[in-house]
Amino acid sequence: MSVIEDRTTAELQIDGETVVFSPVETLLAVARRHRREVPTLCYDPRLDPFGGCRLCVVELEGVRNPVASCARAAEPGMVVRTHGEALDKHRKTLLEMVCSENRQIDVEPLSGYASQELAELADRYQARTGRFQGRQSGKSKQDDDNPFILRDYDQCISCYRCVRVCAEQEGDYAISVKNRGFDTQITVEFDGLLKDSSCTFCGQCVQTCPTGALADRKALRAVDLPGEVVKTRTICTYCGVGCSVDALTKGDKLVGIQPAMDGPANQGALCIKGQYAFDFVQHEDRLSTPLMRGDDGELHPASWDDALDRAAQGFLDARDKHGRHSVYAVASGRAPHEAAYTTQRFIRAGFWTNHIDNCSRA
Amino acid sequence: MSNPLEDMSKPDVIFCIGTNMTECHPVAATGIKKAVARGAKLIVADPRRIPLADMSDVFLPLRVGSDTALLGGMAHVIARDGLMDESFVAERTTGVPEFLEHIKQMTPEWAESITGVPAADIEQAARWYAQADRGAIYYTLGITEHICGVDNVQSLSNLALMTGNIGREGTGINPMRGQNNIQGAGDAGALPNNYPGFQSVIDPANQAKFEQAYGHAVDLEKGMTKVTALELCGDKIRAMLIDGENTVVTDPDRQHCEHALRSLDHLVVIDLFLTETAALADVVFPATAWAETDGVCTNTERRVQRLRAAVPPPGEAKPDWWIVSQIAKRCGIPGFEYESAKDVFNELCSLSPLYAGLDWDLIDEGRHHWPVPYKGHPGTPILHQDEFENGRGVFKLIDYRDPAETVDDQFPVWLTTGRRLQSYHSRTQTGRSAGIDYLLAEESLETHPDDVAAWGMADGDWCTMSSARGSVRIKIKATNRSPRGTVFCSFSFNDVPVNILTGSGYDPVTQTAELKVCPVRIEPIRDGVTAPS
Repeated sequence: MSVIEDRTTAELQIDGETVVFSPVETLLAVARRHRREVPTLCYDPRLDPFGGCRLCVVELEGVRNPVASCARAAEPGMVVRTHGEALDKHRKTLLEMVCSENRQIDVEPLSGYASQELAELADRYQARTGRFQGRQSGKSKQDDDNPFILRDYDQCISCYRCVRVCAEQEGDYAISVKNRGFDTQITVEFDGLLKDSSCTFCGQCVQTCPTGALADRKALRAVDLPGEVVKTRTICTYCGVGCSVDALTKGDKLVGIQPAMDGPANQGALCIKGQYAFDFVQHEDRLSTPLMRGDDGELHPASWDDALDRAAQGFLDARDKHGRHSVYAVASGRAPHEAAYTTQRFIRAGFWTNHIDNCSRA
Repeated sequence: MSNPLEDMSKPDVIFCIGTNMTECHPVAATGIKKAVARGAKLIVADPRRIPLADMSDVFLPLRVGSDTALLGGMAHVIARDGLMDESFVAERTTGVPEFLEHIKQMTPEWAESITGVPAADIEQAARWYAQADRGAIYYTLGITEHICGVDNVQSLSNLALMTGNIGREGTGINPMRGQNNIQGAGDAGALPNNYPGFQSVIDPANQAKFEQAYGHAVDLEKGMTKVTALELCGDKIRAMLIDGENTVVTDPDRQHCEHALRSLDHLVVIDLFLTETAALADVVFPATAWAETDGVCTNTERRVQRLRAAVPPPGEAKPDWWIVSQIAKRCGIPGFEYESAKDVFNELCSLSPLYAGLDWDLIDEGRHHWPVPYKGHPGTPILHQDEFENGRGVFKLIDYRDPAETVDDQFPVWLTTGRRLQSYHSRTQTGRSAGIDYLLAEESLETHPDDVAAWGMADGDWCTMSSARGSVRIKIKATNRSPRGTVFCSFSFNDVPVNILTGSGYDPVTQTAELKVCPVRIEPIRDGVTAPS
């Protein structure tokens, strides 16, 4: 299968370069594929085009005003300019206005996946001028004390990414918008708490927010820990969907989870368990040494040497007294392949039986 | 799943049965929500008015355990109304004449008499599914955790075969696996009837292969399932290794389970925590957890993916494969000289035809769905495209059977069990994660408001719920999600150990427990005392 059927009917010009596009692409998609740095704030590639922030505007020959490239389908023969003095000035002015909306531009990177977008653009376009400082929209929802999602709408720029990701990506429709202009307020039904709405605490609104207005309260617990945030790509530990996630660590501490936007099974989506239920890993209840049952009938910490010897001897004793078919093993559906594989080999190669199962029958 | 997860937004007609997907597989459910938003028809069959039911075009609230009657009724309508995919049936299947004869008696009115679902709705669902260009079936444990779990699955298979809704994009028979690596545990050979890669242990060629690989004669007979092993603890089974399973809480009939494990001469448990099960062991080993362990897992769409360690484990905790290998070495078993998870996984790939084209490095980005029969093969996102594994798809003749126990004067209410969005299984993990309690702090028994009133109780009252095997204390929650006469709770909370009650019967083929059906009696607790009903 080829994406582009006929090159001659699928060419346009970007900044003087002739490029080929596929039928479903927007001008923004074509431009970014050809490594043009077109800025966006309201754009999330997983969502329908919105065209709210106007930062992605490009000049289109034959059209008087710049057009929002995120919402304009590519057409053959288009002549597009993605940068230039006029466009840069336009974008800078827009960013100056956006920046005037917020209490602060720089937010903690632990806030969420996209939380640095505004600060990065403000730097790139030198928009921290305070030129339009004055009125702001959005008011923090300080009475929502849920442990997962900080709702600091003082930082909100009304890009509606949270509203749209909740509707389009999650299908939950928990988040909505009240009023317009400077009175615009992101909210949920009856202006209430998230827990009383249809919110499922999947965290998608947090991860798409470009300003930290919606932020990951659990990750923010680690703000004061020393060290850089390191991301390690892995797969969620809960259900069988197999969502790709980035485990966020500071030093030896697991501090948060972010969805992998290019995860093959989840395309950036997560649920409450995958997003927030990770504290068990470094919980104080974790076993840290082997335990052996003593003569007093209680379990006591033991050395690996003693515990392994005792474990092995018990299986050998059973085999010697009751035959090889008296040994059984249950492998985990929660541990990796290597656990299940070695367990079945232990039984099959060690006791020459097929007395092995996993926990899928209950 | 016969089809990949990305197909979930592609069908015209989606049939979800026995799957509370928005709570148990929430990310997969987003695909279905997108399909519905695009205009796809959604058929939902479930005893409870689950959130998916609220999005459905037709909701089939069947009585617990009556799935084969519902599906037989749908098959009848498809045949009666001439909606079969005749060319698919002719080219790809076998046994259709007997099947058509068999379902002749299964009229929608007959199905209604067993399921309680109006015949007209059964007809509507059957017609939509059969007439779909792309019809897809999704199911979970609501189908399998019955004494007729295999019958249920084969009834679904019959529908897909009749209508040709398999082997193409956006179609298929798609079970949603519940644990992150339950598919992988089977793939890796942790099954009494199969070597790694689902190679039968009673096939002489496979026996020879593993004899060669493991350097010793292998057992020529199938092993016993865990269910049977637990029955025989203290008798034929004397020593047991349990890795990462809280058996006494998650398995049915808790008293039986505890008794079984206590009867062993030797119990070794590998786990993260001192679970209720680990507390019964002679030796407990501390395993490294998720985010501490390098390894491989396979998801519900057969996608093989890499797990990566991000933090060091606590104290002396070690990876499961290392612990098992050390025990094996001290038992004098050769061949456990692995130095890394990579060594183990690559050995598995060398022995499994499904993984023959994979190795540790190739799965780095998780691009492959098994089977991957040779190096360079792109993987198989959609199964059964050109032919079925055994050639033709076989229609199975399924008769309706009652659950192992049915309601009577002593136990007049159906209990069905399941999971909730915020908690996972026995809460060893979600229960230890900050904030989850804010949303779900305790278990409750979802009961229709009319029943709550009829039983002389109010929302939030405590009751005693008893089955033939035992009793638990639980708080009543009045909700229209439960139909009249059926109550629901999860098994997640240790203070409501609902698996004391369950365990009425098992599927004869898979030995999966009938956790979805358990007749119970419910009596109010007044002033701390159970009032007789």
